[in-house]
Amino acid sequence: MEENTNWDIIVKPKSSLFQLNLKEVWAYKDLIILMVKRDITSVYKQTLLGPLWMFIQPIFITAIYTFTFSSSAGLSTDGIPPILFYLIGQTFWVYFSDSLNKTSNTFISNAAVFGKVYFPRLVMPFSVIISGLVKLGLQICLLLVVYLYYYFNTDQLHPQLAYLILLPVFIIIMGIFSLSLGIIFSSFTTKYRDFTFLLGFAIQLLMFLSFVTFPASMFSPLNQKILMINPIASLMEAIKFILTGHGVFSLNYIIMAMVTTTALFFFSIIIFNKTEKSFMDTV
Amino acid sequence: MSQKVIQVTNLGKQYRLGQVGTTTISDDLKRLWYKIKGKDDPFLKIGEENDRTKKGGSEYVWALKDISFDVYQGDVLGIVGKNGAGKSTLLKILSRTTVPTLGEYKIKGRVASLLEVGTGFHPDLTGRENVFLNGAILGMTKAEIKKNFDEILDFSGVERYIDTPVKRYSSGMYVRLAFAVAAHLKPEILIVDEVLSVGDQEFQDKCLGKMRSVSESGRTVLFVSHNLLAVKQLCTKGIFLKNGKLVKAGTTKDIVEEYLSDDKQLKSDGTIPNDFYREFTTGEAFFRRIVLTDLNDNSLNRFAFNQPFKVRLQLEVLKQIKDVAININITTSLGEPIIFSVDSKDSKYLTRTFDEGIHEIDVMFDFKLLPNNYRVTIGVHYFKDGITIDWLENIYQFKIDKISYNTNEDYPWDTLHGYIEPESTWSYKKI
Repeated sequence: MEENTNWDIIVKPKSSLFQLNLKEVWAYKDLIILMVKRDITSVYKQTLLGPLWMFIQPIFITAIYTFTFSSSAGLSTDGIPPILFYLIGQTFWVYFSDSLNKTSNTFISNAAVFGKVYFPRLVMPFSVIISGLVKLGLQICLLLVVYLYYYFNTDQLHPQLAYLILLPVFIIIMGIFSLSLGIIFSSFTTKYRDFTFLLGFAIQLLMFLSFVTFPASMFSPLNQKILMINPIASLMEAIKFILTGHGVFSLNYIIMAMVTTTALFFFSIIIFNKTEKSFMDTV
Repeated sequence: MSQKVIQVTNLGKQYRLGQVGTTTISDDLKRLWYKIKGKDDPFLKIGEENDRTKKGGSEYVWALKDISFDVYQGDVLGIVGKNGAGKSTLLKILSRTTVPTLGEYKIKGRVASLLEVGTGFHPDLTGRENVFLNGAILGMTKAEIKKNFDEILDFSGVERYIDTPVKRYSSGMYVRLAFAVAAHLKPEILIVDEVLSVGDQEFQDKCLGKMRSVSESGRTVLFVSHNLLAVKQLCTKGIFLKNGKLVKAGTTKDIVEEYLSDDKQLKSDGTIPNDFYREFTTGEAFFRRIVLTDLNDNSLNRFAFNQPFKVRLQLEVLKQIKDVAININITTSLGEPIIFSVDSKDSKYLTRTFDEGIHEIDVMFDFKLLPNNYRVTIGVHYFKDGITIDWLENIYQFKIDKISYNTNEDYPWDTLHGYIEPESTWSYKKI
């Protein structure tokens, strides 16, 4: 009887915290692609307007914001045409909040599948932020149309083309930030559903602190600094600056956002790994 | 000798009974405290054997404890045991959907687990899209699925509907497509739960056939089933779990025999073992024996059509019981009651008082059962408030044959038209 030593899988009750398993996630890249495809094709099945909903949503929200915050309340939009100001904020904010909402449900909404088959659980949140990217891409097209209209008809826009290369980087940071927060919440909610309620209104409140509806210039310098701890806030201002030349752009804030996001990402992976092993017993 | 592909060592899984998962906040904190002090988890020392029939004192139970076994390449390992013995927990751990509390296991090769067919099927997607999605969830790459797609389609037999959303499928088509995907997995180790219990006979045969061919190609299969016949046919080795412990590992034949003899069934003369598990009992009296006999007192479990039979019970009374009624239920093999009988005279129910000692009760019925399989349930209750003194469900099985007992006229039909043939009078006239 030959004893073999090259086992493929060794499972023990406890394993090292920093087992990232990203290699394993990569092995399942086909599954990620198919999940993304599923997310996109299944959402608009049996709807009349189909993917048009992706455009209707930001148009309506922008209209309401423009009406309430700008036309009625007369709040500043930093010299950016109000419609464009709210559309930019809305487009990127919705990517963040949608991703966060969906990833925070990872364990609960996939419990049926997770309970039956093993695959790296991180596949699910990753596929969520990637399918969000596809939607974001289409919404950016809408944004571009509106943008070009104002670009040719007003002289308020001063795009910072040199920094344009940073835009995709910012979007990725936003994605990873929402993924990290989302999977931390999803890990907690497997056991205590309280966190679902917390997250529901926390996202709403966070929007008002992320310069989506108000520009940073409306806040005192001290308050601005405090709010910039939130990576979404600093990225939102930076994005506006790149696109329009109005807004706060500081390398310090960008680096801070990157560091915060990276730290949170590793922390979230640790928690996620710990949870994914036993969540079937608690969910 | 072939290679060892699975090695399980002292595997244990602890669950906490009650509301939330495996633990509570206060226990979590206690665990943390012990961890800080560098001691072992205090809760691993407690916990009881997993016997669902007994009420335990501890909140913690071991769904599995001290499980060790090896599986070699090409083995088809049958895992048998009653409900709650830990079979599914073991499969869950081996298929990595949950982790063990203690012990470890090692696996060599790619594992595919089939604890359910159609995992991850999305109702709004078409059959084609779901084949790819489900295949990927089960661990296939897109290229592999593409390569096997025609074969999968062919095996499923739902070609015409492949571009229709699966929510429009009949349940049979759904299962067929789902199984077709699973059947074309090419894992080195296949873990199968009781998926065979769903679907029609044809589908079940197909599943069994597929599993046989998987094992013949030198791959390893772990198979959980209550269907002992399937286990006997398919498996080369087996393990027998009881209350979370490994009772025996060995050849399939030994395991199945052990399992059957362990099952607390009636002895061949109809005696009910003293330790027979009872769901309801006051402890005042116990049924000790039940047989069905012909009129010459020969105990039988197979009767001819038209043949009169008796139910003979033995009731041991430990303490005098007053005003009680014994009832006999005859049910179909699926457990639907068709006859309920209590001692009565002139439409009045009769109760009795039994003194200490063993009483023998004979019951004759005046009806004719049609050919089929039947079961008997017996009980003794206080007549007024219905408190159950002893009750044994489906304790005895018997069969009525088509061959006639006293005439030359056998039961002429093949299909089941009912269960009871009454005495009836027919009259005819032309109008």
